Amino acid sequence: MAGAFHASMESYRAVKIVVCIKRVPDTESRIRLAADGTTIDRSGIKFVISPYDEYALELALRLRESSGGGEITVMTVGDASSAEQLRSALAMGADRAVRLDGEPGMDGLPTARALADAIRRIGPDLVLAGMKATDDDQQQVGPMIAGLLDIACISVVANFEVANGRVSAHREIEGGVEHVDAPLPALLTITKTEFEPRLPRLQAIMAAKKKPLEEQTANLQAARIRLHGLAYPPERPPGRIVGNGADAVPELVRLLREEAKVI
Amino acid sequence: MASILAIAEQRDGSLRSVSFEVVSAAKTLASVLGGDVQAALCGPPAIDAVAGELGRYGAERVHVAMHDAFAHYSPDGFAATIAAHIRSSDYFAVLFPASALGKDLAPRVAVRLDLPLASEATALDIENGELIVTRPMLAGRVFARVSLDAPTRLVSLRPNVFSANQQQAAGAVETLAVDGSPDAWRVVVTDVAAASAGRLDVAEAPIIVSGGRGMKGPENWHLLEALRDAIGADAALGASRAVVDSGWRPHAEQVGQTGKTVSPKLYFAVAISGAMQHLAGMRSSGVIVAINKDADAPIFKVADYGIVGDVGEVLPRLTEAIGRIRPT
Repeated sequence: MAGAFHASMESYRAVKIVVCIKRVPDTESRIRLAADGTTIDRSGIKFVISPYDEYALELALRLRESSGGGEITVMTVGDASSAEQLRSALAMGADRAVRLDGEPGMDGLPTARALADAIRRIGPDLVLAGMKATDDDQQQVGPMIAGLLDIACISVVANFEVANGRVSAHREIEGGVEHVDAPLPALLTITKTEFEPRLPRLQAIMAAKKKPLEEQTANLQAARIRLHGLAYPPERPPGRIVGNGADAVPELVRLLREEAKVI
Repeated sequence: MASILAIAEQRDGSLRSVSFEVVSAAKTLASVLGGDVQAALCGPPAIDAVAGELGRYGAERVHVAMHDAFAHYSPDGFAATIAAHIRSSDYFAVLFPASALGKDLAPRVAVRLDLPLASEATALDIENGELIVTRPMLAGRVFARVSLDAPTRLVSLRPNVFSANQQQAAGAVETLAVDGSPDAWRVVVTDVAAASAGRLDVAEAPIIVSGGRGMKGPENWHLLEALRDAIGADAALGASRAVVDSGWRPHAEQVGQTGKTVSPKLYFAVAISGAMQHLAGMRSSGVIVAINKDADAPIFKVADYGIVGDVGEVLPRLTEAIGRIRPT
């Protein structure tokens, strides 16, 4: 299955794909808590498309290429600043973008509901999303959208094939891989794949400015997860260099055994 | 009286150890609240024979749903069955393991029941009768304390964090009706391929031997494999993102932001520089040992113990020393 997509979508209609993305702080960002202890200090943070969403978009682009055509809509729940990530996705090759105006929170259900309502109007064959957003790490919105749309859902997919109205996927589990099969329409959440997300050329970035970006209200329902506070992880006490080279090994092993008591 | 439901998991006819962690965590909550613990398990026919073991960790009643189609994970069948059971009961909280299965199952149950879900908890507390869930965000750079505004609180628990505590006799096993039938279950697991038969996944191993770009190439991984083998069956291999991106090791071994977050009791960071996104994945390890040629590598700032040196010289010596003290 590696390296190629096989897509035998009915050819009388181009394949319709929706990709859900989210604007998140870049991995390398230094995270500082605001004084109130319940929000992140956003100044100085670089925002990007959540990495797993990028893998999802890349798979959508490849599927369209191997299907000989199709339409990709990229969608997000976010405030006006998330238009930046939608334009990046358009530059990568998505055809149109939809921004549902609202602030996604830790409670995935309101976000999933807003996305499901917008996706239902499009009626795609396939919905792709990153397996989780790398800001809240809740890993729930994808399956919740599928549940609300009453379509099949396969999560943490590393590779998939579409043929004859069905999708078959490899899903990562502990110590191996599950082979999973489901009918279309389906929603897949995507983990890191072998296909690195493409970097758009300047020409594509310029062209993206002219692609349609529609804004609607997200009409988010009230969240039912209440945040009581944020905290940094506990500081690790300073460690020490035991020594240099192989000669330090006996002392290391002694410390692991007698001091740390882990072996 | 507050009732807590623990969702257990089986594979190939045996309960997975994360099930015992979840039942024990439920027992701890129930003790504080003055309540009872029940467990639910979906599996193939005859799995009820092992289900009672969950009682040893605190479950008074174990509800077992059995079906031929449940030999493998059946997402729609499990979700429908568990949701129906929760709907017909009155649970204060339902705890899922945040295993691969649990992380897939929990949101499906949440959306069926229209209940909020807090994923991957690393701590559970009761404050003024309310459940406070501590969970990581931003790949563990920040921890959030949250509560759920719902009559039944759905939470998934990170593996390897909550201890499994045996206490008492086997619980009473009851049959749970399977909700629906395979015709209605769209998603079918057709096969499970084990990557490395019998080996622990890096996300669940108590000891991890992890290699980075400083290993110079995949041909040197035998040095790490030898150390892992010397430690024994409770050790797993991990890898940095650079090494996975270069195709030296599979993604399943990746520790860090687009890989796994791990909480082993002992983590060997070998030839890993210690980039922020990698630290995010392993910083909650019990003890961190760093072995690196570069004394200025950032990994030494988080390590408890470090050796500055050439891995080609240090690893064989370490493997030999550990082999001498670890029973095989």
